[in-house]
Amino acid sequence: MIAHSVFFYIFSLIAIVSAVMVTVSKNTVHSVFFLILDFISISCLFIMIGAEFLGMIMLIVYVGAVAVLFLFVVMMLNVAEQKGQWFSSRWDGGTHIPVGLLVSLIIFFELIIVIGGWKYKPDLLNSLSLSISTEVTNTKSIGNVLYTDYILLFQISGMILLVAMIGAIVLTYRERTGVKRQSYIKQISRERNEGVNLVDAEKNKGVKIDA
Amino acid sequence: MLSIGLGHYLTLAAIIFTIGVVGIFLNRKNVIVILMSIELILLAVNINLVAFSIFIDDLSGQIFTLFILTVAAAEAAIGLAIIVVYFRNSDTIRVEEIKNLKG
Repeated sequence: MIAHSVFFYIFSLIAIVSAVMVTVSKNTVHSVFFLILDFISISCLFIMIGAEFLGMIMLIVYVGAVAVLFLFVVMMLNVAEQKGQWFSSRWDGGTHIPVGLLVSLIIFFELIIVIGGWKYKPDLLNSLSLSISTEVTNTKSIGNVLYTDYILLFQISGMILLVAMIGAIVLTYRERTGVKRQSYIKQISRERNEGVNLVDAEKNKGVKIDA
Repeated sequence: MLSIGLGHYLTLAAIIFTIGVVGIFLNRKNVIVILMSIELILLAVNINLVAFSIFIDDLSGQIFTLFILTVAAAEAAIGLAIIVVYFRNSDTIRVEEIKNLKG
């Protein structure tokens, strides 16, 4: 139990520090690296608390896909010269800093008040439909529910991913001019009388080809 | 203090959520960091859902987290695509230079 607490504090400390570093570090690449560290420590927390499947999925999806996507975009765009002060502003007088801090502090204290003054409803633990069983593993119990009760939502999330993929391709697609490429429609829909021209060649005169 | 309860996880999620909000407010550098702050906020929401799911002994919180993960991945892809297109058009993604809508 003590080891559990110690590891919880270590991982949450790493998570908080790296979340701060995401926002304040001057280099954007460093921000992405701290974001990766944050995801890894949070997924360690998930694995510790007993949600192994979600922890692993967080590692695969966030660290393996999303963070690498961020890295690609950061390296593709030329943001190397934008290493200025992260809080400086040249146009307005910089009133966004106190206002932003104030709003964030208010949000934080509201959340803390809600957490501190919150009590369980007494029959909360009794009125459940999807209790976590201890016999089967976490992955199996999620799979038992996800493909039966939540199949519609599962397929809708697949559709969301498809739409996002198509949207990203459509947004970033750029038609290049001057590049020779195959046109399948043109090739397939070609017919004989367009491609072949039969000419009777006269003797000693040859054939004149109109190009 | 030594036994970790639901409150600890909720406090951690609150801190990370607030850091994400601060990151959105204070960022003047580029839009990519704002997207990363949004990812932090979604991460805090995921921590809340998983902690509730474990401590209340209900699996549907974890299912919900799975769907939030899906939507977050889609949102990151679309957002980064928009940033790439914007950078191609205007050669900058500094937050303070994106002021077309300000008039």
